[in-house]
Amino acid sequence: MDLSAINPILLLASLMVAATPILLAAIGELVVERAGVLNLGVEGMMITGAVCGFIVATATGSPWLGFLGAALGGALLSLLFGLLTQFLLSNQVATGLALTLFGLGLSALMGQSYLGIRAPAFPDIHIPLLGDIPVVGPIVFQHDPMVYVGLGIVAGVWWFLNRTRGGLILRAVGENHDAAHALGYHVRRTRMLAITFGGACAGLGGAYLSLVRVPQWTEGMTAGAGWIALAIVVFASWKPGRLVLGAYLFGGVTVLQLNLQAAGVAVPVEYLSMSPYLATIAVLVIMSTGRAPGSLGRIFHAAR
Amino acid sequence: MRETLLALDGLTKAYPGVVANRDVSFRIGRGEIHALLGENGAGKSTLVKTIYGLVKPDAGTMTLNGAGFAPADPGAARRAGVAMVFQHFSLFDAMTVAENIVLGMDNPPSPRAIAGEVRRVSQLYGLPLDPERIVGDLSAGERQRVEIVRCLLQDPKLLIMDEPTSVLTPQEVEILFTTLRKLAAEGTAILYISHKLSEIAALCDTATVLRQGQVVATCDPRQTAPREMAELMVGAVLQSPVRAARPEGPVLLRLRGLTAPAPHRFGTALKGIDLTLRGGEVLGIGGVAGNGQDELVAALSGEMPVAPGMVRLAEAEVGDLGVNARRAAGLLCGPEERLGHAAAPDMTLTENALMTGVGRMGLDRRGFLRWPAARDFARKVIAEFDVRTPGPENTARSLSGGNLQKFVIGREILQAPRVLVVNQPTWGVDAAAAAAIRQALLTLADRGVAVIVISQDLDELMEVSDRFCALTDGRLSASRPARGLTVDEIGMMLGGAHDLEVAHV
Amino acid sequence: MIVLDKRPQPSRLWSYAAPVLAVVLTMLVGGVLFAALGKNPVAVIRTIFLDPLFSEFAWFYRPQLLIKGAPLVLIAVGLSFGFRAGIWNIGAEGQYIIGALCGAAVGLALYPAETRWIFPLMIVAGAFGGWVWAMIPGVLKVKFGTNEILVSLMLVYVAESLLAAMALGPMKNPDGMGFPGSRNLAQYPSAANLELVAGTGLHWGVVAALIAVIFAYVVLARHIFGFQVRLAGQAPRAARFAGVDPARMVLICMGLSGALAGMAGLFEVAGPAGQVTIDFNVGYGFTAIIVAFLGRLHPVGILLAGGLMALTYIGGGIAQSNLGLPAAAISLLQGMLLFFLLAVDVLTHYRVRFAARKVA
Repeated sequence: MDLSAINPILLLASLMVAATPILLAAIGELVVERAGVLNLGVEGMMITGAVCGFIVATATGSPWLGFLGAALGGALLSLLFGLLTQFLLSNQVATGLALTLFGLGLSALMGQSYLGIRAPAFPDIHIPLLGDIPVVGPIVFQHDPMVYVGLGIVAGVWWFLNRTRGGLILRAVGENHDAAHALGYHVRRTRMLAITFGGACAGLGGAYLSLVRVPQWTEGMTAGAGWIALAIVVFASWKPGRLVLGAYLFGGVTVLQLNLQAAGVAVPVEYLSMSPYLATIAVLVIMSTGRAPGSLGRIFHAAR
Repeated sequence: MRETLLALDGLTKAYPGVVANRDVSFRIGRGEIHALLGENGAGKSTLVKTIYGLVKPDAGTMTLNGAGFAPADPGAARRAGVAMVFQHFSLFDAMTVAENIVLGMDNPPSPRAIAGEVRRVSQLYGLPLDPERIVGDLSAGERQRVEIVRCLLQDPKLLIMDEPTSVLTPQEVEILFTTLRKLAAEGTAILYISHKLSEIAALCDTATVLRQGQVVATCDPRQTAPREMAELMVGAVLQSPVRAARPEGPVLLRLRGLTAPAPHRFGTALKGIDLTLRGGEVLGIGGVAGNGQDELVAALSGEMPVAPGMVRLAEAEVGDLGVNARRAAGLLCGPEERLGHAAAPDMTLTENALMTGVGRMGLDRRGFLRWPAARDFARKVIAEFDVRTPGPENTARSLSGGNLQKFVIGREILQAPRVLVVNQPTWGVDAAAAAAIRQALLTLADRGVAVIVISQDLDELMEVSDRFCALTDGRLSASRPARGLTVDEIGMMLGGAHDLEVAHV
Repeated sequence: MIVLDKRPQPSRLWSYAAPVLAVVLTMLVGGVLFAALGKNPVAVIRTIFLDPLFSEFAWFYRPQLLIKGAPLVLIAVGLSFGFRAGIWNIGAEGQYIIGALCGAAVGLALYPAETRWIFPLMIVAGAFGGWVWAMIPGVLKVKFGTNEILVSLMLVYVAESLLAAMALGPMKNPDGMGFPGSRNLAQYPSAANLELVAGTGLHWGVVAALIAVIFAYVVLARHIFGFQVRLAGQAPRAARFAGVDPARMVLICMGLSGALAGMAGLFEVAGPAGQVTIDFNVGYGFTAIIVAFLGRLHPVGILLAGGLMALTYIGGGIAQSNLGLPAAAISLLQGMLLFFLLAVDVLTHYRVRFAARKVA
């Protein structure tokens, strides 16, 4: 074993990359949950996004179009969830699970003829000046554009939730849907929009896996990333700022265990690969004090 | 004659199986305080929701200021000058006062300006509020202030108030009335919904009485006898409960320094409650909602265990026992919330009878349920308490509020309790059912059972109680004989309205 | 404009008809999907749903129905208690794996001893393993309020890693010439979960599944615990008022579902699968969730739903080899079935009305 083979700068740099898919999926789910909807189908939407993104990107040769296709794919799948839970008033937990099972099957079917192909390259950008700063530059400012798009979405969500009237209404719907309805806000419409946004973000997160991180398509490649995203939303107490912290913490654990594997630590690979999941459980235990949105997971039916 | 602000003509709204409003017509003038009077289920809520744009009428028209008025949603109603204070507040617990107010406005000022606006309006009408506080931490009275200020900031032409005094102390009611009179004097029309006749006589210019969805009378409440209005509302002559003179029984329930932390974020802590209750006695506990009523019931029922010596049943310490052990010992409770707490909405009446009766009524044998016995028990409750339902296999949710309340109270009474604690036994219940429930509680006391009635309805407490005490902020006042207590004295016991001031007219 | 009115009571008719309608809709939409894949939809549907029962090779497939159906039913019966009580154990797949590992460990440790006590001991160990794995989310929920859905799911991935570690490490067959995977338990008589009647597929797992169905039926219909489970799910506050301890309910429901899933894992690894390999688990723990819902969380319903789901596995396999239908199409079909069930369930609880927009 040779721990000195681990380059701390590279490790920290890859942390941001490892965290990005989770961050993207989690920020979408955060908006969904703030609107009072619990969509457990993140894993299914992510993997559908992964395959859609991969198909579009290889067909067009453009990773950007791939990401667009992934967002559309994820959003379309989430509309199915929205239709069932918001209009047919089905149980959100069960429907979310169904969405995950459905998405896993759908993506496997769609991706059959794309196994073993490499995704078109998605080069890193080198941000002038900032990227040249020693140590900090390579860690923070020399990644592919989606890393920054992800952070931009988080910042945008924070601004939307805390600084705009739309965000206020969305929070109100999530906090008490009966009161929001009584004041004349459109609970269903608000929630459908949130669900669609969540689906699109999950799709982006999935595509980041298939187009950048791996980058190729394999069945079941999300390997629980969607569930971890759900856990990170709880960890973050439904606050965008803390979401970044949670995702990077998770990214750190993932990258560290990969580096330890590469460095040949005397622990079998199988045990090391458990660590992200165990870390997630630990995080859930430590951070289970946040207050969830008041109407989270409850069925809204405007009676009388 | 006042100039007409809002005219309703032939409004009709039907739901499957029930006509909520049938051909309702009346007029509200500018600056008029107009009472809408009726029992629960008379169609008052549907009518005001129609005016506020939440319900579309099947037939009929409305005219506001001489122009046709058919709001598509509450936003449209608000833009037309209609504002509403809800009975169950339309507030968001986890948000600040300012955010809550902004949510009720269509063109809110900037976030910075709103705080100043709130302070200005609340000063003007004597309704002090801190815009930065979290609504979940406020008392019921303060929460209502948030709703009222939210309405006033929009300079409404018509203000609808749905049962606004049910959560207020008598002094707070007086201050609310002063505010409303000031608003009316400025030209705002007020549609005031209530079933409390004394308030209507004190406040309103005109009263429209609804019964079973129809207008049965329009009268001047200051000229009409309350008894006459009550009979218009109910459609029958009501009997007051009869109370026999009872001998003093042995001490059955003793609370000593009952203290418990708040069970959740927006709950109330119980602080050193002392109480002695004898058999055959009815103790009335008054107080505004959110002052520890739920917590006190939970501490008595065993849902929230406390130290053993804090609750004694006869001589036994039961404070640390769970729900079933206390039931077995004869301490029974009827919580406030019917659907979801006292009863499971989607379960049948048989199952609901089994829910609390399994132990005392012997409805199981070594854990295996005796369904026929449970069905018989449910039938007995239905028969003895005149519960209107096709049978015990119907769900709790299918019953009306009054019938379900008779069922859940009857279920406890038939289990022959030694001590019975009920919280808001007639809340949201029609007058006939309410009278039946009160009579049943008194009859139970006649048989030597100790009864505690917790209620926000002071008239009810005066009607049934032998002794009265007040619950404020988790503390219980010393008890006083109920006979001869005046409203002012009760008001002082309830803690008055210490942080309120009369409007600066 | 379509309006939903909540029924005062759930419709009895629709609670039976909804699963049937969901199956029919799945067949229809599945047919469209198969047509889009360039297959003859009628042939595919017939292959999946009828051939395992009625084709000339049905004698071979029918036993498979029991072999595939038993673990699904056993796991789903356990899950149904928790699902009814609002306790969401989603990690049955993990409990299934750990149960198999624990049970197999006992068998492998005692190899090559021959006594009749080995197999019963393995069953106990399997149930215990699943129970422990399910108690982790249960205890964490009770002690710290963590979300049992997420924890139980995370533990699936941990269990899969553990399985890989075991199959490649401590449990590797010492006589296996370096190949991954344990000794074959099916060839070790004292530890084998053998066919009880030759050619029927009836093994101890099937017996256990039937016992579980009967047990669940009696408990839910006749015993106070079953009543409390239903009460806790429908009205948690009323349940507390009726003296139900929520923490105890969580631990019992999690433990029960974990133990049954663990047992299912043991029966599989000691019988049909035979050995601990990296991928001996085929997702029964997740499919059982569909089975539980499709069976309306009712033991008899679960029995039927488990049979149906087993049918799709076998029929899907036939369609895969005979018609070249991709394996993924079958898992998609199963997901679709759950979707349609949830969608048509609206009819059980709501009355659908077509309200004409009135001109006011």
